[in-house]
Amino acid sequence: MASDCIIEIEGLHTHFGSTVIHENISLNVYKGEILSLVGGSGSGKTTLLRQMLGLETPAQGSVKIFGYSRYDCDFDLLKSLRNRSGVLFQQGALFSALTVFDNIALPMRELHCLDEEMIRDLVMLKLDMVEVAAQHANKMPAELSGGMIKRVALARALALDPELLFLDEPTAGLDPALSESFVELIQALRQELTLTIVMVTHDLDTLAAISTRIAVLADQRLVALGKLADIIKIDHPFIKDFFLGKRGQNALGKLLTHS
Amino acid sequence: MSPSNLNDDASPWYQVITGQDGPCIRLTGSYTLSALDRQLRKVAAKLARFAAQSDLYWDLTGIQQMDHAGAVLIWRAWGRRRPAHLLIRPEQERLFMHLEKAHPAPKPVRRDILWPILTLGRRYFLFWDHLLGIITLSGLVLLNVFYLLKHPRQIPLREISANLFRTGAQALGITALVGFLIGIVLSYLTSEQLHTFGADVFIVNILGMSIIRELGPMLAAILVAGRSGSSMTAQLGVMRVTEELDALTVMGIPHSLRLVLPKIIGLGLAMPLVVLWTSAIALLGGILAADLQIGLNFQYALSSLPDAVPVANLWIGLGKGVVCGMMIALIACHFGLRIKPNTESLGEGTTNSVVTSITAVILIDAVFAVVFSNVGLKIPR
Ligand SMILES: Nc1ncnc2c1ncn2[C@@H]1O[C@H](COP(=O)(O)OP(=O)(O)OP(=O)(O)O)[C@@H](O)[C@H]1O
Ligand SMILES: [Mg+2]
Repeated sequence: MASDCIIEIEGLHTHFGSTVIHENISLNVYKGEILSLVGGSGSGKTTLLRQMLGLETPAQGSVKIFGYSRYDCDFDLLKSLRNRSGVLFQQGALFSALTVFDNIALPMRELHCLDEEMIRDLVMLKLDMVEVAAQHANKMPAELSGGMIKRVALARALALDPELLFLDEPTAGLDPALSESFVELIQALRQELTLTIVMVTHDLDTLAAISTRIAVLADQRLVALGKLADIIKIDHPFIKDFFLGKRGQNALGKLLTHS
Repeated sequence: MSPSNLNDDASPWYQVITGQDGPCIRLTGSYTLSALDRQLRKVAAKLARFAAQSDLYWDLTGIQQMDHAGAVLIWRAWGRRRPAHLLIRPEQERLFMHLEKAHPAPKPVRRDILWPILTLGRRYFLFWDHLLGIITLSGLVLLNVFYLLKHPRQIPLREISANLFRTGAQALGITALVGFLIGIVLSYLTSEQLHTFGADVFIVNILGMSIIRELGPMLAAILVAGRSGSSMTAQLGVMRVTEELDALTVMGIPHSLRLVLPKIIGLGLAMPLVVLWTSAIALLGGILAADLQIGLNFQYALSSLPDAVPVANLWIGLGKGVVCGMMIALIACHFGLRIKPNTESLGEGTTNSVVTSITAVILIDAVFAVVFSNVGLKIPR
């Protein structure tokens, strides 16, 4: 169904200098699904995410979001598309000159249709959702711990209740309890809203808990794409190492004994 | 449901119906930020009016989608508490429970009434703080110099040479351009005046004296303060933001030795050379302009220069260069190391560094003028 396709990537090639990162990658992301991107460190997951966001241009191939390629967007359209998607960067990318509160309030203020009272309530709600205590609201990003930066960045990504979320390693640097509540948060959000998520993660528990489909990047290509149960049956060295190693067996225990 | 076909009297957001238990308001449609968009305030005001009726039944089960913004909107319309009669889906229930226990935002810090006095006082103390900081840093660097004298193998030669190249060699272009133009302007303005008195030959004295003793060193120092001072501050500041300074510390490499000292030595060496270069180009420009304007002979000008300008002036100019260069680097490093890990502080620190070092350069010039007031000014006849 073409209308349900939120992101379409076709024949994408990327290289930095002479290093080839992606070779002929085609990938569709459908409405309402959670697509997890996995791959070894340096396999180009972040780069692929940045290309979906229009921050980098692939050497070849096309990337369409909500049916529009970045080049047939005028300013207003681009702005409204950007408002429909939220991004969590790998390093958080909080504005270092703004407090936690202002960081989350910024995208809301940019809409110019919310009053300050409402923004205050919304920000506190978001902080509550990601389990950051209210007393941290007036801190600067430099005064936060690594995990707190991640959670505040997630709150900022969720600020406008986007229908499309890009998450680059959302649970890296969180303790297991917080990772668990991240999973719950995403599941709760998905009950209320049709949320599409593209997520990069190495965290097998999170991966198993929430992803509807998994895309595996290895050897510059998309070596597998599908449900977790199907992926682990594929015979590829990276998939074997990633899912069927010691850690994988612990995390996916039940699924593996079934198959 | 798209926001465009929402129209006011159709009221796609709610219907008021009369149920068995009395009047009931049924909320419908999408209570999401993207759907509400421009209608948000209007809807909020209308719902608030309904919420004033206490016996109204609220039915939220007809809502297709509700995001946080929609929930907050309804919650605020209710006056931050649940209405007496409420019909609601479990997932909505969860959202409102979150809202119920959400903490109020901490109040932003209010400004004190005495803030002008406080600001002034803070400024005053900040000034002494900076002065103390600069003195401390220079002391540290001095200690490092003693240390390096004992351990000459640890002298950071590579860094010094890199700084020499960056602050010296790469500054040649801009200082030459500015020096040349100032020389031309100066010569152009004075030569006409001298010509009317028939004192053409004194153009060499005026140009030589002013450029070698004052203008050359000052031009070079101000340009270098803006150019290299700012880049040094920004470099150290970014290293603070990205925690590189901390990484150096834990490796046991002191900032003052590896970062500050090479900059001070590098600029201390580069500055007199840049001064020499700027003065030479400015003189060249002046003499060329005088040549065109009043027909001053180029050969004559060059040969009479040593008689017109005592060589002490050159040494004073170069001395100013050394002192200014080291001072600029010291101030730039001081401000760079004080930058806090955020972008605003980075911008502020760089500005402060440049402003302070230009002020310092002019102060140094004044001190030189007073101290050397009777050196090199008398022309031996
Ligand atoms: N701007 C750039 N210039 C040159 N090479 C780059 C650039 N950005 C990324 N690369 C290279 O592209 C490759 C993929 O990088 P990318 O950040 O996408 O990895 P990743 O899959 O996100 O890895 P990780 O899981 O460690 O975050 C790496 O080899 C990296 O060195
Ligand atoms: Mg990455």
